[in-house]
Amino acid sequence: MQAVLAIAIGVLTGSGVYLLLRPRTFQVIMGLTLLSYAVNLFIFSMGRLKVDSEPILIPAINASLANTADPMPQALVLTAIVIGFAMTALFLVIMLASRGLHGNDHVDGEDEA
Amino acid sequence: MTSSQPWALLDRLLEATMPHLIAAPILLPLLTAALMLMLEERHRRIKSVLSVASGLAGLLVALALLRWVNAPETGTGPGSIGVYLPGNWKAPFGIVLVADRLSSMMVALTGVIAFATSIYSTSRWDRAGVHFHPLLQLQLMGLNGAFLTGDLFNLFVFFEVMLAASYGLLLHGSGKHRVRAGLHYVAINLAASALFLVGAALMYGVTGTLNMADLSARIAELPAGDRGLAHAAGAILAVAFFAKAGAWPLNFWLVPAYSAAVSPVGAVFTLLTKLGVYTVLRLWSLFFAFDGFGQHTIVAVGLATLFVAALGLIGTQRLSNLAGFSVVISAGTLLAAIGLGQPGIWAGALYYMLSSTLAAAAFFLLIDMLERWRNAGASIAGYESGDAAPFLAEDLRPMDDVNLDDDAQALYGRAIPAGVAFLGLAFLATAVLLAGLPPLSGFIGKFAMLSAVLAMPAVAPAGWIFLALMLVSGFFMLVAFSRAGIRHFWTAPQVTPPALRAVEVLPVLLLLGASLALTAGAGPAIDHAGATARDLRAPAVYRNAVMHAKQRPALNSDIKVKP
Repeated sequence: MQAVLAIAIGVLTGSGVYLLLRPRTFQVIMGLTLLSYAVNLFIFSMGRLKVDSEPILIPAINASLANTADPMPQALVLTAIVIGFAMTALFLVIMLASRGLHGNDHVDGEDEA
Repeated sequence: MTSSQPWALLDRLLEATMPHLIAAPILLPLLTAALMLMLEERHRRIKSVLSVASGLAGLLVALALLRWVNAPETGTGPGSIGVYLPGNWKAPFGIVLVADRLSSMMVALTGVIAFATSIYSTSRWDRAGVHFHPLLQLQLMGLNGAFLTGDLFNLFVFFEVMLAASYGLLLHGSGKHRVRAGLHYVAINLAASALFLVGAALMYGVTGTLNMADLSARIAELPAGDRGLAHAAGAILAVAFFAKAGAWPLNFWLVPAYSAAVSPVGAVFTLLTKLGVYTVLRLWSLFFAFDGFGQHTIVAVGLATLFVAALGLIGTQRLSNLAGFSVVISAGTLLAAIGLGQPGIWAGALYYMLSSTLAAAAFFLLIDMLERWRNAGASIAGYESGDAAPFLAEDLRPMDDVNLDDDAQALYGRAIPAGVAFLGLAFLATAVLLAGLPPLSGFIGKFAMLSAVLAMPAVAPAGWIFLALMLVSGFFMLVAFSRAGIRHFWTAPQVTPPALRAVEVLPVLLLLGASLALTAGAGPAIDHAGATARDLRAPAVYRNAVMHAKQRPALNSDIKVKP
């Protein structure tokens, strides 16, 4: 499972960085989105991977990380998702404004062709 | 004793409001912004008044906090550390806000610049778009929160608050230049935020905590095998902070963004790079000061930034680019000084940070007035928006109507209009402050750093390079500012005196007055900076204060937790 998650994060990051370096604004925004998926998965994995255990305390079961999942990264990832989503939406608006003002979707507002 | 009576009263009052006073610099702008959002855009007058009132209140609160931290009668004497537990959970389980010498100093600096900017913006710029004042308040909330928080993830949240507001402010006024600069600015900051999250998560994964004080203790106790991961996390975090601080090679967005922003926004943005520098200083001194990890990298990055910015400075003629590059120079100087790691150098650097930030903010405000005067109302001269070669600018052609030789009869006996005199003197003062010439505070800050470098027992090569680059960059700055000054004041094609308004002149006077006060009170200010630097070299005090903060009201011990 570790290997699958690690490869997934790696592929997402790699594609994200590649797209981030592309000259079209839409590619940049897709790159940033993929990058933020990768980051969210990474934060989640920092609580150690654990199957079949929830991050809540159950009466009569000893409250330790051996019996429950770490709730902290899950809370962090939730915050990160919300913030990342809002920022991406804002970026989308700026992208549209740039498209409208410059008449093309190059990140510098001009095609050198 | 009668003269100390009010102070004693004030101290008692402060003591009574602590620790809740620590949350005030965050809550005040938040509530002001919320209140303003309920007002429609046509109640602009009320919004302006609210904004200025909130700026003044924020400044007073920040000064009160500074007083509480430093006064001998309050807290635990000079250098007391105030800790506020917003959720009333004990550290390290809940978020903490910490006001120590460094934090309260940064909040006070923010207060001064915010007050000046809020006054200036009411002259005309708040009408260039919608929601200027609420965005400005949210920006201040993010800045104050980031300076005060003692939790790594909470730092991320406040960074995002600050950035979200800064995106809006940068785009304020719209137009091609701003949208293009804004696009780059948002993209690079989103990428940097991703790195911030990776670093913070990795830190949590290695140590199991996000509280900065707790992290500081746990990183030192990590087994050697895990140390590498903590170092990797620190390095990833540092990349994110370098991008915010405007360190080379992550600063290509900075100058276009700062010069595209409307001028009050530029003045506030001088604080954003200082936030990056502050974070590097705070986290490095807490996490890695004990093993010196990354010290050489910080020095190298700082020196490279200083070098590149000095070159950029003499390569530009636009005033707003000049201001942008002086912000980068200041960031480079500070990063290099932080990396050198000596308390003496840090003391000079902290003093220099106050001085250079005030001067850069004043310069941003001044540019607006100068360019409006010079370009007949437009913010950018026509020839400057094109890609003209820098040395062939239109206004450098010889003119027939200005006579600067011996027969300059017409120039004698002509009164200088007050507006021109003000602009000229203010320009001179900011140039002297930024270039670090005597007698103003820029010189004192640089001198304090240089003498501390020379006082090191064995001056490292990096110390010599720092010394040389600082002197050279000061000289370059002088050249660039002289050239800009000559262009704008002496080769005057038109003679209409500038029309300035009181709300434009007062903020610049306020910022320059603060610099003058810093110069006159250089002794106490440097002492304070020195004490701050010594605090930073002794993180155990900070750790103890945070980890032993008491819950209020103290939780009743007979509340039973269900088994």
